[in-house]
Parts: sequence; structure tokens; C-alpha cells
Amino acid sequence: MNKVVQTAYEAVADIASGSTVMLGGFGLCGIPENLIAALVERRVTGLHTISNNMGVDGFGMGLMLEAGMIASHVGSYVGENRRLEALVLRKELDLTLIPQGTLAERIRAGGAGIPAFYVPTGLGTVVAEGKETRKIGDRTYVLEHSLNADVALIKAWKGDRLGNLVYRKTARNFNPAMATAAKLTVAEIEELVEPGELNPDHVVTPGIYVNRVVVGAAYRKPIESKFIQSGGAA
Amino acid sequence: MTGKERIARRIAREFRDGFYVNLGIGLPTMIAEYVPAGIDVMFQSENGMLGVGGPPTDDCADPDLINAGKQPVTELPGCSFFASEESFAMIRGGHMDMSILGAMQVDENGNLANWTIPGKMVKGMGGAMDLVAGARRVIVAMEHQTKDGTSRILKECTLPLTGQRVVHDIVTELCWIRVSAEGLVLTEVADGLDAAEVQARTEARLLVSPDLRVMTVNASA
Repeated sequence: MNKVVQTAYEAVADIASGSTVMLGGFGLCGIPENLIAALVERRVTGLHTISNNMGVDGFGMGLMLEAGMIASHVGSYVGENRRLEALVLRKELDLTLIPQGTLAERIRAGGAGIPAFYVPTGLGTVVAEGKETRKIGDRTYVLEHSLNADVALIKAWKGDRLGNLVYRKTARNFNPAMATAAKLTVAEIEELVEPGELNPDHVVTPGIYVNRVVVGAAYRKPIESKFIQSGGAA
Repeated sequence: MTGKERIARRIAREFRDGFYVNLGIGLPTMIAEYVPAGIDVMFQSENGMLGVGGPPTDDCADPDLINAGKQPVTELPGCSFFASEESFAMIRGGHMDMSILGAMQVDENGNLANWTIPGKMVKGMGGAMDLVAGARRVIVAMEHQTKDGTSRILKECTLPLTGQRVVHDIVTELCWIRVSAEGLVLTEVADGLDAAEVQARTEARLLVSPDLRVMTVNASA
């Protein structure tokens, strides 16, 4: 068994325009930056993306937005992404905002064969509008459905050719859940190790969830707060 | 001492040894600087960390080690990392002693709005809706009025809500307000102010606690 592909371009070569794509990361931390660059190079269009944030102007998914590749987006935070905010306010991009924990759990459920579940989050707010609610005990909950995708592009720290993955610090975030919830999971890693080198007790994503592994050619890893302060020069 | 610092120092006095606390982006993040001596508080960052330490020196910043505000942070001994779904399981599951977050508006029913101004601003709720739905105690930390002098503490929020009947306390540079079934109760006022002056700067009706005190801040730490 060998899931390793040689280049990021090869790893995303068969992703079709119009696909639903999950992208791991929180802000610019733990994003598959080499896979994003390869997708931008391929000029895939009409993508339906699912990711907590959408990068920033000038990096990460911000590059996909600038290239006009995204038809709709599901996430929890717009924050400092001025281009995204402007597109949404002009109604030029279909954006669905979901509470961050509900987003994470919907993805987890998608990978775990759970079609829907109840949460207290968002009751009495616009995110609960049109959704079934149910009183359980003394509290009312909102029914939320699972999320799946055609493709998950994730980022891990170390991995082996079987697709076993470990993550580093807060770069883990949405990556493990997304790895479980797509028909095709492509993992970008910083270091390829031999099977057996990762302590089995420490493996976070077991290889069963991963279809392709690619070692990123180069990492820029800007720190978002500094990147924005410096106007994209950091 | 600035108004924001006064708010941060006052809220820090609420911490008890062993608390697990999530601090929101902006003003609430400042509170970590004023934890009283002799008290261990574990700060959680919803992007997947418990035991968040202060900012690193510039040359030690690690892009894989950030807080929810995307600022570089450091690891305290005993810290741990976890994925987003686990982070929000601990938030939604009622394991956080306290969630302290900013707001654009709060109202007499404990409703809170802090994620969008329709037609003008789309910030996104991030983890705020999950935090206010799941934390044992929700404290809003914000400046009492907007820059143009409008009250942020209203009879009823006009912006889309982040949570309905979720706020337990409101802390501003002027006062401490407890949200009760009867309405908003003014329990502390800043030194040199009285209840009438605070009410004059507040749209919501304030009930004055019979035990109204001067708001003392933690001067040390």
C-alpha cells in the first residue's frame, strides 16, 4: 500500500470544477497551502468550499477567492477578509455562516455516519430559522444535519505512506474531522516517515481515512495577525 | 488606567483557582494579564488548546501555535492540543467555567449580539454562539457606549442575536450589571459615579441593587 503522490499538482489533478471541497485550517494555521496553490494553478472553478475561515487577502483560500474559483462557501468566520466581506455584502458570493462548534460537529457526524443531531447552539437566532427544534429535558435544541464533501484537502505534520497522520500544536483544528468526511481525502504533510515510525499511540488520523499523501514542496506559514498588520508582506 | 484595562482588571477578580476559561478576541484577551497571584486559571482557545500562555518574543513566534485571534501564543506546562470538534465538545458540554466575550449590543433579557450588522458588516459568529450556549457563566466585557455615545445596553437588541437569554453579567468601565429574571441589576459602579449617572448613559432600565458597591479593580498583577 502506497498513498504517496509526488506533487501537489498531481494530488489535485482530478478535482473537477463544481466539486464540494473541505479545506482544513483555522485562519492561516494548519492550511494545506501547497494543495491550495496547485488548485489555483489548475484554475478549477465553481467550487463549493467548506472551511472555518477563508484565508486572508493574499494568502490561503484568499487566493482561490481572488482567482474567482469559489461559487459558494460554508464557514464560521469572515473576520478580517475584506474581499470576502465585500463580495458577501454585494451579494456576489453565496456565504453560509455556521457556529464554529456546530460546523465541526456536522463534519464529524458526516464522517461518523450520523445524519443529524441536536445542539443548544443558536436557539433563538437566525441560524436556527427553519430548523426543527425539540425540547429534551428542560432545554430546547436545534436539529443540525451532517456535512460531507467530494474532496477534503487537509494539512498534517508527519505522515507515512499508509496515510497515518499526526498534527502539530494548534495546526490540528478542523483537519482530523475533515479527513473523515469526504469521498477523497488528500493530506499534505511536512515530513514523510516510514510505517512504524509514528508511535501508534500518537496517531490522530488513522490511514483508513486518507487516500493520498503528498509532501508539501515549501512552507511559507505566515502568522495571520502579523501578515495583516504588514499588509501581506510578512 | 484606561477603561479597557479597568474592565479587564475587574473581571480577573472573578477567577477562582482551578477555573477553565475561554477569553474572546480583543478586550477579553487582556484579562489574562491580570490573573490574581496564587490562582491557577487554565485558558482555553477554541482553535484547539488548553493552557494558553502569553505572547512569545517576536523571534520565537510559531505559526503552528496561535490563539483564536490568530495571534502567536506560548505553551504553559501542562497544556494540551486537540481538534476543533473536541474543543467544542468541551465548550458545548458545559465544561468551561466561564466564557468572557465582547459584544456590540446586550439587552434586558440577557440577549447578546456581536457578529453582524446587516448590510454593513459581516464578521461571522466564529465560536461565540457555541460558547454562550455552553459555558456555565457568560460575562460580556465591553465599553459602555459606542464611540458616538450610543448605549450598547438596550431594552432590546436590534442586531441579529448571537444568543438568546445567555448573558449572566455585563462589565463595562462604568459598572457591573447582573442579568436577573427581573431585569438588569446594577451591583457595582466605578469610583466617583452614582447609579443615576450610569442609568443616564444606559438605554436599558437598571434596577439598583440594595448592596450597590464601588467597583474595585485588581491593582496588582
